[in-house]
Amino acid sequence: MGTFVKFYIDGKECIARHGTQLVKAACENNIYIPTLCNYPGIPPKGACRICAVIVNDKAVTACTTKVSESIVVHNNTPELEKFRKSVVEMLLSEGNHFCPSCEKSGTCELQALAYRYRVTVSGFPYMFPFREIEAWHPKLMKDHNRCIQCKRCIRGIKNDQRKSIFAFGKRGTHVEINIDHDASEGISDELAQRSMDICPVGAILRKRKGFDVPIGRRKYDNKPIGSDL
Amino acid sequence: MTDKKIIATISLAGCFGCHMSLLDIDERLLEFIELVEFNRSPLTDIKKITRECDIGFIEGGCCNDENVENLIEFRKHCKVLISVGECAIMGGIPAIRNTIPLKECLEEAYLNASTTIKSNDKKIIPGDPDIPKILDRVYPCHEVVKIDYFLPGCPPRADLLWEFLYALVTGKPFEFKYQTFKFD
Ligand code: SF4
Ligand code: SF4
Ligand code: FES
Repeated sequence: MGTFVKFYIDGKECIARHGTQLVKAACENNIYIPTLCNYPGIPPKGACRICAVIVNDKAVTACTTKVSESIVVHNNTPELEKFRKSVVEMLLSEGNHFCPSCEKSGTCELQALAYRYRVTVSGFPYMFPFREIEAWHPKLMKDHNRCIQCKRCIRGIKNDQRKSIFAFGKRGTHVEINIDHDASEGISDELAQRSMDICPVGAILRKRKGFDVPIGRRKYDNKPIGSDL
Repeated sequence: MTDKKIIATISLAGCFGCHMSLLDIDERLLEFIELVEFNRSPLTDIKKITRECDIGFIEGGCCNDENVENLIEFRKHCKVLISVGECAIMGGIPAIRNTIPLKECLEEAYLNASTTIKSNDKKIIPGDPDIPKILDRVYPCHEVVKIDYFLPGCPPRADLLWEFLYALVTGKPFEFKYQTFKFD
């Protein structure tokens, strides 16, 4: 591993190994940079832009940026927080997010970010697109209404042959992330659970599972996302 | 004359859950009615707004023409309008139909559903002038009139309603608390 470098986030002196992903390096220095499409341990994609920061006067995504000596990072600024809030609003408007009837409510990262930013209403028009629910798989359901296309599932969930069990379908604005028929055949309960867990929202669900943690005791009921740092 | 604030409340395309949550402020209701006077509201059974109001409390979105008329009426007579709950804010559960064309929804409800297929042998889709006309989709209230405040939740927690309304009526500062800021 590389040598340690010194860098700055919002004026605070930080230390991390050269080349560490900025999101992770911030975390090691007890600083929260919000993420959605990023997931520890899988290659970053820079898809959602929620982790936008300013590094040496340039806007970049913190999940795809590596730390180097003396970089100056702005993270918790009113402009960036406003931008991040509008990313959340855009995602809520773009799909169909009926939280009161969602299995993931209370543990959903998109919702948790909306709580963190106190999004009362989206500033964008609600689109109400027609989206299917994919329910053919014996163990999994794919609810396209809630998918934010972060591709965490494609990058992070592989079968025994190291093949992704989720794959792209359709094109352009109709792009969908589907369950791959062949690659998902005979998956274990454990892999099905991991698929559900890796999805930040309620777009991958295990069948015959859900609503098993009472309201008030779910992950984000009492503590905002990022507050453990 | 009293210096009580006048409040009007209504349930449009909602389930009355937000009104129930207002009742859930429990004994604080006694304090509340010292501060406000209810005008039109399901709680008073006054059917039309009878005077200019300070606060309009709106539950539910707009799913039919009567909802729209009522909402416009509230906007006209209330200084401040609040969208209360997910249905008022973004359509909520009734808006799940928004992704399906209206014709299909009505055919499913009145012609094809297993419970109506036998009983509706004349294949009637109700269209009497006395019943409100259903809209092509459910509209969030702020897409119909200007809304001043939004209180999320399904329903919004009683504590949130109380703290917000108390602050609004007394002119005290208000801040959303994490624990009562929910979408479900
Ligand atoms: S995925 Fe998250 S934001 Fe979407 S409906 Fe479910 S809880 Fe709400
Ligand atoms: S299913 Fe979930 S993990 Fe996969 S792309 Fe959609 S939101 Fe991301
Ligand atoms: S978390 Fe960095 S772009 Fe999505």
